[in-house]
Amino acid sequence: MSIIELKTAVLAKNDHLAAALREDLAAVGAVAVNLLSSPGSGKTALLEIVLTRLTADGVPVAALTGDLATENDAKRLARSGAPVRQVVTDGLCHLEADLVRDHLAGWLPAGTQLLLVENVGNLVCPASYDLGESLRIVLASVTEGEDKPVKYPTAYRWADLVVLTKIDLAEPCGFDEQAFLDSVAAVNPGVPVVRTSARTGEGVDDLVARLVAVRPAVTDPARHIEPAAPAGTGR
Amino acid sequence: MHELSIAQSVVSTVRAAVGGRRVIAVTLRIGPLAGVVPDALMFGWDVVTSGTALEGARLDVERVPVEIMCAGCGTTGERTTSPPWRCAACDGVCAPLGDGRTLEVGSVEVEDDVEAVDDVAVGA
Repeated sequence: MSIIELKTAVLAKNDHLAAALREDLAAVGAVAVNLLSSPGSGKTALLEIVLTRLTADGVPVAALTGDLATENDAKRLARSGAPVRQVVTDGLCHLEADLVRDHLAGWLPAGTQLLLVENVGNLVCPASYDLGESLRIVLASVTEGEDKPVKYPTAYRWADLVVLTKIDLAEPCGFDEQAFLDSVAAVNPGVPVVRTSARTGEGVDDLVARLVAVRPAVTDPARHIEPAAPAGTGR
Repeated sequence: MHELSIAQSVVSTVRAAVGGRRVIAVTLRIGPLAGVVPDALMFGWDVVTSGTALEGARLDVERVPVEIMCAGCGTTGERTTSPPWRCAACDGVCAPLGDGRTLEVGSVEVEDDVEAVDDVAVGA
């Protein structure tokens, strides 16, 4: 009997693929933003407004939207005028880096600077998978309860930005904003929190400005994202 | 519930490292912010190891602590459990200082007999 010391990260494969995708995106002049939240947090509604605004402002933006089933979200988001592609995961509870790459190859419009990736609505599994993003946003709606951050620490701990949604419902819901901010601070002290409402438009300017701030200065429309592996090798 | 795919990744990693030798035990190192529930991993273990060199192998979990600090009084400490973490000194809320996301195959215990029980090449 002998012992082999491995010390190998279980998600090393995804981590490598994500790092490679981040580099390839940088080479075409784009950055990805990974949006995480629980189902029903208002992610798609807010994203539709943000995509509409960015498109109107002339920012080359595109979006991938992940769901276990249906193309409903892609249809909603396409109303913004931005290029949108649905990722149907067929039951997989999170997106992975190779799945993102496969959907970008041959599709990502040349000159895209911002790629918004709406992850599968789930605060547990997506938190463990790097998608090659440069900005990770976690959204929480005021209807969900103030202690979401400490209940889902992995998702909140690694967020670069926390977006509070449905702020117009804070009062009728009796939402204790300070308790929520305390909960955020307990797992990710110092992370910025933006208050938004897709209904009133509150906070949308702030969110759009933060997204525009991460886009790269130059793009190279001549370069494209290549597929991960030759067809037939499987995932 | 992504523990089944995590378990499959563990199996791929180990199979690629043991050269077909029968595996007796696998030690998985998990931090409190890895987002993985050991019980859920155990649940699918028999299924994902079936028919491989890991069939019948034990899955041991080593909890890797994360360093924390109290936001109120600055006391530091270590925790292996999920947050929220309360300060032992003042009961204040503590935030993580370290990563806490460790999720790795630490060590693997194998039979010395190089009787290949599983010579299927597996892409890690």
